[in-house]
Amino acid sequence: MKILVCISKAPDTTSKIAFSEENTKFDENGVQFIVNPYDEWYALVRALEIKEAGGGQVTIITVGGASDDAIIRKALAIGADDAVRLDSEAKDAYYTAMQISSYAKENNYDLILTGKETINYNGSQVAGMIAAELDVPFVSLASKLDVNGSTLTVEREIVGGLQVVELNAPAVISCAKGMAEQRIPNMRGIMAARTKPLNVVAAQEIENLTEFVSYALPNAKSAVKMIDPENMDELVELLHKEAKVI
Amino acid sequence: MILVYINSSNGISKSSYESISYGKKLGDVIALTNGGASSDDLASLGQYGASKVLVDRKINGDDQQQLTKLIASAVENNSVKTIVFSHDLVGKSVAPMLSVRLKAGLVSGAISLPDAEGCVDVNVFSGKALGKVKVNSEIKIISLLPNSIQPEENGSACPVEEITADTGSPSIKVLSTKKPEGEIPLPEAELVVSAGRGLKGPENWAMVEDLAVSLGAATACSRPVADIGWRPHHEHVGQTGVAIRPNLYIAIGISGAIQHLAGVNGSKVIVVINTDPEAPFFKAADYGIIGDAFEVVPRLNEAVNKFKAS
Ligand SMILES: Cc1cc2nc3c(=O)[nH]c(=O)nc-3n(C[C@H](O)[C@H](O)[C@H](O)COP(=O)(O)OP(=O)(O)OC[C@H]3O[C@@H](n4cnc5c(N)ncnc54)[C@H](O)[C@@H]3O)c2cc1C
Repeated sequence: MKILVCISKAPDTTSKIAFSEENTKFDENGVQFIVNPYDEWYALVRALEIKEAGGGQVTIITVGGASDDAIIRKALAIGADDAVRLDSEAKDAYYTAMQISSYAKENNYDLILTGKETINYNGSQVAGMIAAELDVPFVSLASKLDVNGSTLTVEREIVGGLQVVELNAPAVISCAKGMAEQRIPNMRGIMAARTKPLNVVAAQEIENLTEFVSYALPNAKSAVKMIDPENMDELVELLHKEAKVI
Repeated sequence: MILVYINSSNGISKSSYESISYGKKLGDVIALTNGGASSDDLASLGQYGASKVLVDRKINGDDQQQLTKLIASAVENNSVKTIVFSHDLVGKSVAPMLSVRLKAGLVSGAISLPDAEGCVDVNVFSGKALGKVKVNSEIKIISLLPNSIQPEENGSACPVEEITADTGSPSIKVLSTKKPEGEIPLPEAELVVSAGRGLKGPENWAMVEDLAVSLGAATACSRPVADIGWRPHHEHVGQTGVAIRPNLYIAIGISGAIQHLAGVNGSKVIVVINTDPEAPFFKAADYGIIGDAFEVVPRLNEAVNKFKAS
């Protein structure tokens, strides 16, 4: 099976979030970037397991500049065969998805996997957009994926429950917890990643439909009110009268 | 015209009323749904501002491609300029597909109405910041985060019209569906009781569940607790779990790591119960109790029951 895994760069989860240029840009100063956890832990590792069981090829793809090569090498060290970087800044989800779809159209994949969302923009947009552009079925928030020939059996989250569905490849699937377990790259993987192919491909001319015009940090909380652990009646009263939440 | 897509597969939820109320602030609202919900339930959307409800009874909504076609045809037939979704599993899957089909910019996870410039606030960096998004396309799609606005009742039941759209045949076959009965879906819950590793083991969750039942709250947990299997995965909140913004979040035996806070700091009121006065969670709390959960939680439960009885 020929599998394309979409990965995205995200700030490390302990990063301090700050903005520059009058709150119009994310301040990357001192920020450590990682592979977006959902892409790495679930989409990439499950793709590798499918390949290990049934053969095939796992290609990773990202839209980004040369500074993204570090996270690409990390994904290669975990075990992907090769990588494609569509050389451009990812302007918005639509722009990103159209870049990836146009590459995917030329190269015919059986399966395209993404994480369920990125931890920086939390949009859950790119996967569905790729599916729509390629006109193939889309299963979102998958927690299990089994491949049998070209038949895909997927467990997914639905509103208030879980559902098992069956469909035929090609398809796009966004991956959530349950899919696979995180893999830590070993020394051999890290060495091998250095020489694996990383193809830098020129980006297409595509418009962006949305833009972030500014950012803000949430208002600071007022100081915590401490309550005597013996006096839970007081807490209940405060929740009722002061906070008005019960 | 504003089109609000309603997921009625579990009946009409509070987030449906929120989406309708949101749409009503933008203009005249038509609601669109599919599947078997009763016409009386659907007509109730009128009380929140829908002028009519369109329902396609033929498709059940399991296939995202079909749903996308259904919504696109309603957009074309009613010269719709803005489409509103609730940012649930439909908002996260069908809204992006529709965005491509209509070439309409999508704002996902919206928490405000558009401002004078048409910009909408969204949660970014998993709740650690807010962003203002501008949509450049003529048709706009907004996927609204549950619990972001209060539903407002201001009308009466509206007509329900059955429609059939050309949606082709499904490409996804459903083998089985499992819906736990009676539980409040976490992202929609107004009150949440959550516990972490401080509880020592899964056998100690009865007091958490008791408190949740007394309050009418949903239950949640920290990531390690879900990872070691003390609690189901869908309860895991935080940066890599579910992001929630209830009115009240009670955190019991949770240290308040940055990744945990990211998913819950949109909560209106946070109560923290922890033995360690240095626990970082106290910095994010409105009310703090330094104490042993095994004593404090049953006492709190008693106080809640007393309050409910009065
Ligand atoms: C990439 C990444 C992503 C992550 N994503 C998430 C996420 O989405 N959600 C998440 O929750 N975590 C996440 N984490 C993990 C996070 O860093 C913390 O490790 C985790 O939240 C800690 O869980 P906890 O508070 O339950 O446990 P601990 O940190 O072990 O805290 C237990 C707390 O219980 C208190 N306690 C002990 N006994 C009692 C008692 N009897 N009564 C009252 N209090 C008591 C202790 O004082 C302590 O504060 C992530 C980590 C990484 C690296």
